[in-house]
Amino acid sequence: MTPTLQVFLIVSAVLFSAGLLAALSRRHAIFILIGIEMMLAAANLNFIAFWRFGPQSQPPTGVMIAIFSIAIAAAEAAVGLALVISVYRHYHTTNVDHLDQLKG
Amino acid sequence: MSSAAFVLIAILTLAAALAAATLQNLMHAALSFAVALVGVAAFFFLLGAEFVGLVLVFVYIGAVAVLIVFTILLTRRDVGNDRGANWGGAFLAVAVFGGLAWAVFKTQSIAIGAPHIRTLTVKRIGEALMTSYVWPLQCVGLLLTAALIGALVLVMEEKR
Repeated sequence: MTPTLQVFLIVSAVLFSAGLLAALSRRHAIFILIGIEMMLAAANLNFIAFWRFGPQSQPPTGVMIAIFSIAIAAAEAAVGLALVISVYRHYHTTNVDHLDQLKG
Repeated sequence: MSSAAFVLIAILTLAAALAAATLQNLMHAALSFAVALVGVAAFFFLLGAEFVGLVLVFVYIGAVAVLIVFTILLTRRDVGNDRGANWGGAFLAVAVFGGLAWAVFKTQSIAIGAPHIRTLTVKRIGEALMTSYVWPLQCVGLLLTAALIGALVLVMEEKR
């Protein structure tokens, strides 16, 4: 028995939920970024799975969207980690519970 | 597509993802995150999208995971305990997973095997990128440049 589309979607849903858990329940800003990146990876897995199991089109649309999404995720990670370092310089912490004032 | 490989990769990926979400040590969590991404890249290989799997390894593990490790080391003084489990977040994550799993199992039309497809060569991807996707490609290039400059501006030392 070969894996069907369903099991790929379930794996992707577990990955997404783990990312959501990291993003919601962690206090460190870096952990929250890791969670967001995991959710993006789960979305990419869905795109590739739907491309593989769906009807084939001439430009491989799912693969294209996955490539662009990886590029955008890299840009987001760079800016997010720069923000974390910048916040750490001001507050000397990356714990998001302590970042509760607008005036630096 | 063999199911033994699928089960192995799924166990590796999901264990690493859950470890990344729950481990207390920041560095261990970042390395588990890298292992989870290796698993996702292996899924891409299994699904016949080798080029995207390689891009994922290069970009995520070569750049993003290394960047995360550097940031952890730069903010080292702060690595305290990350405790006080947030049950609201855990409950919401489980609820979202329940909803997604219910929707996936409820939909009958996606319980299908993989059709036979033409292999996806890098030539085809390159042709698509240079013909029908050339405008999004330029936009992504612009976005990456803007993100690079923005990250530099953010971390630049302020002049007093």
